Amino acid sequence: MTARAAEGLPRRAVAALAWLLLGWLLPAGMAVALAIGEPGDFDSEADRQQYQTLIRELRCTVCQGETIHESNATLAGDMRRRVYEMTRDGQSAAAIVDFMVARYGDYVRYRPPLQANTVLLWASPFLLLLAGGAVWWQVVRRRRDMAQRPTFTPEERAALERLHRSD
Amino acid sequence: MKWRSLIPLVAVLALLGVLLVGLNLNSRELPSPLVGKPAPAFTLTALEDPERILTEKDFTGEVALVNVWATWCSTCRAEKPLLMELAKAGIPIHAINYRDEREVALRYLEISDDPYRTIAFDPKGDAGMEWGVYATPETYLLDADGVIRYKRTGPLSRELIRDVVLPLIDKLRTAQREAAS
Repeated sequence: MTARAAEGLPRRAVAALAWLLLGWLLPAGMAVALAIGEPGDFDSEADRQQYQTLIRELRCTVCQGETIHESNATLAGDMRRRVYEMTRDGQSAAAIVDFMVARYGDYVRYRPPLQANTVLLWASPFLLLLAGGAVWWQVVRRRRDMAQRPTFTPEERAALERLHRSD
Repeated sequence: MKWRSLIPLVAVLALLGVLLVGLNLNSRELPSPLVGKPAPAFTLTALEDPERILTEKDFTGEVALVNVWATWCSTCRAEKPLLMELAKAGIPIHAINYRDEREVALRYLEISDDPYRTIAFDPKGDAGMEWGVYATPETYLLDADGVIRYKRTGPLSRELIRDVVLPLIDKLRTAQREAAS
């Protein structure tokens, strides 16, 4: 094998690899953009806003930690498509959320509504705050009591004396 | 002063209790809002005949199961022998073939068992959305009026069939007979 051939081979291989990568990544990137990106046309900016808000507020029931905006799952794609179609048909955000809740349950809402079975969920931060406040108040009160005590008690005095003497 | 030293112990035990309950909950299983509601409407073609239109009415009239399946769903394949047993026991099973290809699904049924009485072909998952499908296989139990009485997300098991599905079918059939007489 001549030196020139040995040089030419990697260069050709690199070029081939580059083309391969380009040919492979470009359609893949476009596919992702199509799947995740927003669909074509909206009649108005308000519709686009509604769509963008809703897909960030609905949960993908397959991949339960994700909104349908983030999720790659087929079902999330179906749900985005339905949100888009219903928005285009002039349905309100509330109607679309109700549609999803009727089929997949309250769980599809990333922002749970305030209702009987979610009261504890909504109230728990405030309950924790109250509990923390109570503990804090206790500590402060005890420290204040201690600071306000002017002198040692007779027992404490005796204890100090003992300590001094043992030195 | 003594009871105060017990507070951390009680708190830790309470936390462990909560975690233990949490461990036993299956977070993937979501309660279906469709139980107690009529079978959702759809208009699809029959799997074996693109000319034949099926609607939810084709699923109702008697106590029946509706199974959502696909050839790409391996759990559905694993579940099918149980469905065969149910079908042989005289329980009508209808199906929604979900996000599948017609030829593939037909060929699959040709070379394996077919427990289904009616199969609606739903390549785009439109009926799937109406029925709140999110993880195949899913199985619904309809009463004679076409109201969903039970829904299972995921495969049926022998235990589930014995303990839940069959008793419920018996109950619904008795109710149907009593209503008819």
